[in-house]
Amino acid sequence: MTSHRISTGGRIDRDKPVAFTFDGKRYSGFEGDTLASALLASGVRLFGRSFKYHRPRGLLAAGYEEPNALVTVTTDGAREPNIRATELEIHDGLVAESQNRFPSLAYDLMAVNGLAGKVFSAGFYYKTFMGPVIGPLKGTRFWMFCETFIRRAAGLGAAGTTPDPSRYERMNAFCDVLVVGSGPSGLEAARKAAADGKRVILCETAASFGGTANWSGKDGEMFADTVLSGLKSEPNVQLLNRTTVWGYYDGNTLAALERVTDHVGRPRAGKPRHRHWVIRAGHVVIATGALERGFVFPGNDRPGVMLADSAQRFACEYGALPGRRMVVFANNDSAYQAAARLRERGAEIVAIVDVRPTVGDWAQSLAAEAGAETIPAHAVTGTSGGKSLTGVTIRGFDAETGNLSGSKRRIACDTLLVSGGWSPVLHLASQAGAKPVWSDKLHAFLPPESDGAWEAVGSAAGEGIEPPEPVFEIAATGGKAFVDFQHDVTADDVRLAHREGFQSVEHLKRYTTLGMATDQGKTANVPGMAIMAAALGKPIPEVGTTRFRPPFTGASLGALAAERYGDLRPERLTPMHDQHVAAGANMYAAGLWFRPESYNRPGETVEEAYVREARNVRRNVGIVDVSTLGKIDIQGPDAGEFLNRVYTNNFGSLPVNKARYGLMLREDGFALDDGTTWRLSEDRFLMTTTTANAGRVMQHMEFYLECVWPDLRVNLTSVTDQWAGAAVSGPKSRDVLAACVKLTKVDNDTLPFMGIVHGKIAGAPVMICRLSFSGERAYEVYCGAHHGPHVWDALMNAGASHDIQPYGLEALGTLRIEKGHVTGAEIDGRTTARDLHLDWMLSKKKPFIGSAMMDREGLTDPRRWTLVGVISLSGEKLRGGSHIVDGPAEKPGRSLGHITAMCYSPLYGKYIGLALVENGVARIGTRGFATDPARSKTHIPVEFVNHVFYDPKGGRMHG
Amino acid sequence: MIITCPHCGPRDLAEFTYQGDATLSRPEPASTDQEAWNAYVYDRANPAGEHREYWQHAGGCRKFLVVTRNTLTHAISGVEFAPATGSSRRKRS
Repeated sequence: MTSHRISTGGRIDRDKPVAFTFDGKRYSGFEGDTLASALLASGVRLFGRSFKYHRPRGLLAAGYEEPNALVTVTTDGAREPNIRATELEIHDGLVAESQNRFPSLAYDLMAVNGLAGKVFSAGFYYKTFMGPVIGPLKGTRFWMFCETFIRRAAGLGAAGTTPDPSRYERMNAFCDVLVVGSGPSGLEAARKAAADGKRVILCETAASFGGTANWSGKDGEMFADTVLSGLKSEPNVQLLNRTTVWGYYDGNTLAALERVTDHVGRPRAGKPRHRHWVIRAGHVVIATGALERGFVFPGNDRPGVMLADSAQRFACEYGALPGRRMVVFANNDSAYQAAARLRERGAEIVAIVDVRPTVGDWAQSLAAEAGAETIPAHAVTGTSGGKSLTGVTIRGFDAETGNLSGSKRRIACDTLLVSGGWSPVLHLASQAGAKPVWSDKLHAFLPPESDGAWEAVGSAAGEGIEPPEPVFEIAATGGKAFVDFQHDVTADDVRLAHREGFQSVEHLKRYTTLGMATDQGKTANVPGMAIMAAALGKPIPEVGTTRFRPPFTGASLGALAAERYGDLRPERLTPMHDQHVAAGANMYAAGLWFRPESYNRPGETVEEAYVREARNVRRNVGIVDVSTLGKIDIQGPDAGEFLNRVYTNNFGSLPVNKARYGLMLREDGFALDDGTTWRLSEDRFLMTTTTANAGRVMQHMEFYLECVWPDLRVNLTSVTDQWAGAAVSGPKSRDVLAACVKLTKVDNDTLPFMGIVHGKIAGAPVMICRLSFSGERAYEVYCGAHHGPHVWDALMNAGASHDIQPYGLEALGTLRIEKGHVTGAEIDGRTTARDLHLDWMLSKKKPFIGSAMMDREGLTDPRRWTLVGVISLSGEKLRGGSHIVDGPAEKPGRSLGHITAMCYSPLYGKYIGLALVENGVARIGTRGFATDPARSKTHIPVEFVNHVFYDPKGGRMHG
Repeated sequence: MIITCPHCGPRDLAEFTYQGDATLSRPEPASTDQEAWNAYVYDRANPAGEHREYWQHAGGCRKFLVVTRNTLTHAISGVEFAPATGSSRRKRS
């Protein structure tokens, strides 16, 4: 392949060669090259295969609007597909591959899809795969059969499956003026704002600032350099290159993606790959420029057909000449400038084919500069060549009627530069809520009057755009004429959609998928709409425009997740965390908390460990960290009254130094949360909530105090992190406390069930409440968070002679399942107090939140799902989430409920669980099945039993 | 979106949590009027235009605010502390 590299000029550094690989072959380029410009300079024309028909495709454009040249980049085994070669900066060691081809780009077997064009026309998927089965090759089931093959044959790059090793971060920024785009207009806007003393952020999506100034001539380049060096010295100006503003949200909040280290390959330690910017701007200047459009005609997608301005950009900014022998096809004057510039950079411009009957003097002089034959009133009607353009066919053309006349003339060339007019980039204005207005002069959509929060400047506002002759399509025969290159949508597809009754542009878009590819139809929307308008016989503005939605170009999910994932993710550790780790606990992430799952001894499985731990609680004594429980300090003269309204049961009458188990409902009568609340003095309570609901319960109570009952004199303080808690459970628990608690007795008279005492353990003040989640005699010992490890160690020492063992979440779960206590798995937002057999807690003496709604017809229906116990009859392990059914595996019948929690019960020597089952109480004593067809594929016979497996009378915990 | 908290000043939406329709008033606790309770719990007007909503400044002062917001434009025309809005029966000053 011959070099297409121009020896001088451009923003590449010819002293710094860069080696990279494309489709397994080694190439070299220069620093400052994109993958597209480096390959183009190496003579590569073929960049990819198209979406449906696998047609060979080359570069259409030079920037973010490129629809064809999508590649997959592999870094350290992590694949990232669908990256535009025109934006990908090369660096040493870059490995890129083309996409959607099999087995290789040059010999693609799937290209036969092109022969089946009729089959894949608009609506193919809907017509073939949706709806009822009529005949063998139709309907949704046929889709399920074909999906794998179709997904392989039609599509873009495949996503990787290995974890992404990169780091991402997020940045919040504030400014008076955000300027999007650093072309001449953007630079000028930034300069003015900075001169007024405003805080300015200037974002440029490309690597170098300057926009069109980088390829449209020396004057522009000098202007850009001068303004830039001025801006760089301003302390109030922040310049962000490689940063795409992709979303415009309410209140002038904008989202941007900065590609921090993609251009150097492997990031240095501490540097993120991408940075997600959230920018709150006082005012937004949209200086995003305009995009050139092509024409729709047969063979308009052949490699070698390129937008005129993009060809100029490759030649001038990157020193890469797209071809040697070029023909220009235009409906406006801007292409003549491109022709003259490309001639200057070494290309031969054979002819300029113009749809207009006459061409102005300025254009004539540029054509002369380019040394080109001007052919007015003509149009290109076809292209020839296989995977690379070898020539074009032209015919006489009447721009008024669109009629072709005269004989065909063939012109040999290797590049066809197309210029079908310009579309201002108004995506951000559209996202801001503005409805674009059609300009009959520029034949393009322009941003409307702004609401004052933003303004569009430069060619984004239509300034300086050459008015084109309104010709969008050359209706010649002889092959597919593409509108949307990335989704392979042809002009005939658009017309077919019209014939089938699609009138609205939004429907057209969805039916044909026009403009719905990763480029969102940046080069396709206006031609597509023009063809639809012609078919409907309406002017374009009456057909409408589509609303643009974020993101403008793709934003990496990693950047959006940022510090919520990986080493910057916050963690909540209990005060006794180090004790657990030292004791060999498996730490388990529960929300942000880390909690011990089980304390495995060498060689023990998790199940063996939790069964041992649970058994030890029943036989001797165990200790578990309960510091994660939500804790709310409730103080004030009306605290008792407030709790009476919040809880279903009575708390106003609770004596000081007593605790009570409480249940809260939502306003609609469903259960919200449960926990124990301790009365510490006449006007002070300590409420505990489940770990997961701590924040929610706080917010719930704050709402009522602020918005519903502001007359109640109550203050709430979250003290979850201020108290460390340990539950000591088992028949020997009292002996352990007796051995270490000072200043108070702990015998049954001093500390009866639900009693509270204050004392000291190893010098640290503690508060002890006798309550039980396990069903054994048990105590919760609370102390200040910083004393937590000290008190834990003291309890462990005091328990050593009583065989104390720490136990984790699994054993905690086992003990509570055996006892039939509920947690968040049962209080799941769909269950009522009755469903959970907690109706004994519903006071009839007072109203409380939810009391008015809890007795509604549907909530008292005996057929509701209610809590029962299940026992596996086959010895197989039950799975949480399994459905309860009546029938055997062959004919299971409908779901009657599900298993909410399961464990191996040391008490029964069997797998048991809790389940919510339709008409559950009536089923006790009968049998059914627990089925899990999707995951473990088990279908286990179970017996339904009372939900309290263990000590239903409670003698053990009261004793 | 920026909400100007009367206590903390202009803050980003991320600091606030939506807490529901502020145009409703809760029936008296002892009320057994099922219609009134149904309306309070379930009936929502969903207006296209100005709407009054509770927002809690959960990541700040934790006060409940009544925000007047246009549901079509998301423009915020008023922010007040919740009890000061008339749905309040606060007796203390």
